[in-house]
Amino acid sequence: MLEVRGLRKTYGDLVAVHDVSFSVGAGEVLGLLGPNGAGKSTTVAMIAGLVTPASGQVLIHGAPLAGDTDPKKRRIGLVPQDLALYDELSALANLRFFGALYALEPAVLEHSIDRALTLVELTDRARDRVGTFSGGMKRRLNLAVSLLHDPDILLLDEPTVGVDPQSRNAIFSNLETLKARGKAILYTTHYMEEVERLADRVVIIDHGRVVASDTLDGLQRYAPPGSSGHVSLEQIFLALTGRTLRD
Amino acid sequence: MRPIFAMIRKDLQLFLTDRRAVIMSLVAPIAIASFFGSIFSGSGSGDTAKIPIAIVDQDTSAVSKAILAGAQTDKYLMVTTPTADEARDRVKKGTVTVAVVIPAGFGDAAGRAFFAGSNKPSLNMWYDPSHGAELGLVRGILTEHVMQSVSAEMFTGEQGQKLVDETLSRLDQSALPGLSGQQQTMLRDLLQSARKFYNQPSAPAASSNGAANGTAGATASGPRGITMPYTVAEEAVTSGDNVTYNGYAHSFAGMGIQFLLFASIDLGVGILLERQRGLWKRLRSAPLSRVTLLLGKAASGTLIALLTLVVSFAFAIIVFKVRIHGSLPGFVAVAIATAVMASTFGLLIASLGKTPGGTRGIASLSVLMMVMLGGAWVPSFIFPAWLQRLTVVVPARWAVDGFDAMTWRGLGIASAITPVLVMLGFALVFGTLAIARFRWEES
Repeated sequence: MLEVRGLRKTYGDLVAVHDVSFSVGAGEVLGLLGPNGAGKSTTVAMIAGLVTPASGQVLIHGAPLAGDTDPKKRRIGLVPQDLALYDELSALANLRFFGALYALEPAVLEHSIDRALTLVELTDRARDRVGTFSGGMKRRLNLAVSLLHDPDILLLDEPTVGVDPQSRNAIFSNLETLKARGKAILYTTHYMEEVERLADRVVIIDHGRVVASDTLDGLQRYAPPGSSGHVSLEQIFLALTGRTLRD
Repeated sequence: MRPIFAMIRKDLQLFLTDRRAVIMSLVAPIAIASFFGSIFSGSGSGDTAKIPIAIVDQDTSAVSKAILAGAQTDKYLMVTTPTADEARDRVKKGTVTVAVVIPAGFGDAAGRAFFAGSNKPSLNMWYDPSHGAELGLVRGILTEHVMQSVSAEMFTGEQGQKLVDETLSRLDQSALPGLSGQQQTMLRDLLQSARKFYNQPSAPAASSNGAANGTAGATASGPRGITMPYTVAEEAVTSGDNVTYNGYAHSFAGMGIQFLLFASIDLGVGILLERQRGLWKRLRSAPLSRVTLLLGKAASGTLIALLTLVVSFAFAIIVFKVRIHGSLPGFVAVAIATAVMASTFGLLIASLGKTPGGTRGIASLSVLMMVMLGGAWVPSFIFPAWLQRLTVVVPARWAVDGFDAMTWRGLGIASAITPVLVMLGFALVFGTLAIARFRWEES
């Protein structure tokens, strides 16, 4: 459903993303892991059409994504790392605005809003100002906004930053529901346990390059020498990316 | 179009929920324009502010008393008569603009100089240097009163008669150096005629030209000297015969534009804040062109700017009786062009700015410069000539000119065309630069 081929992005002399390739199928969750500055967010931005790649392609259902107005962007739902919501407006006003950007018919949009609010369990707070919401509620609304146009592909850039365990668990449940509906989900995070719970496959990138790409079980082959038994994803991650601080 | 309408609706919702923005856009321009309008319109009764001057009469002659009396009845002057020390102190404190000291012997000396042209006495003026323009006005008014008083006294007063006799005596003794024999003969004829004039009864009262000009002039029964040989018929040229100038029209235009441009800063900074908060990532992930996104922003900015203008002028029309004496379609066109120019200026701010805080400071400075040079605070005619020519590159000046033309000047739609085209030209330049310079990519 989503295929990334040889994506490359440079900023002057800095190569932020170098020849990154992977694919995500329907009903699959791909965990994209990497230290700070590894190139995860830039990769997500290129897939979402926010950043133009220096080279490489993003394929949606086998066809390359081209330009700002490419209708294939309708197949993508972006959940940005930032809480991209208007605090001054109600949840309903936010949903109506962002849904209208996809030119949905009013009746279709209202139905989509009801469905999204039900999924993230915010129906009873729909008319409240977002500024009064807790961090977890905002994160759930952030997810709901990306679902209004019923995309096939969901790009989630660290969607659980700063939320309490209850809201995080609720978001996981939402994502499992969406996965069951056949959505292709690209999930970037720093939290290894989230990937272990949700991901079918994992891509680890560092310094803009893919250093490992496999299923959770398949990643065991990157376990540090001398390890015995099942090695945690975090140990494998540190073995691949090193222990140097990445501030 | 649905996405653009959605952006407009959202921005209007945000505007109306932001109490500070509403106050800045709707209440502040009305309050400040009302203040400026009250200053430039006067009290409405036609009274003008008088220039406060002090006259110190150290001469106490008939001439100096006549000068003082003339000045005291002048409609442009408010005269007090302190001592010399008090007068200097008042000028220093700024409570009077000019102090005039008539020195002892001024009347006699002025009378002699009137005929002989030599040994002219000085009239001392102490003035407040911050009121240089008013000094010129006071000098002109006093010249008229001095000439009138001296000539009246010389031709009809006791002092004048004495001086005529004295001068004739000096002519007989050939004691007037500097005059040729022919000139002395002519002066003798003139003074002998004046002496005959003294022996005649007073002339019947004539309408005082001085009074017509607002100056004291001579009373009907008093001595009559040289007066201005013309009267001035003043007519304020406005949009119609019975239409008076309404200073609120200009002040509401000027302040409206100023706050429109301040609102454009909010628009530009708002875009930067949206980008900082990650909202543009979501906007740009939708299948919308960059032009559509900026067009949506420009459209909402234009509507908010128009709302500001409509509310401001509606208030001015209802409360201060400002009227659109010119073309209504022309007024609407100027308002729309001004609003479009202001909103694209906001886009330009967003495209050139980096951080919201830093951008607001620089943008505020540029807006203040723009409205100042555009004549929104004070009329641009007081600027130096080179600066007046420079203001053609300031869009606010065209907006002010356009609104003035359509309101109190009462001009037709043809007078709106140039300001409208110029402002739309500015909007095109601002919009093009914004699209070219806007940082689209998120790193």
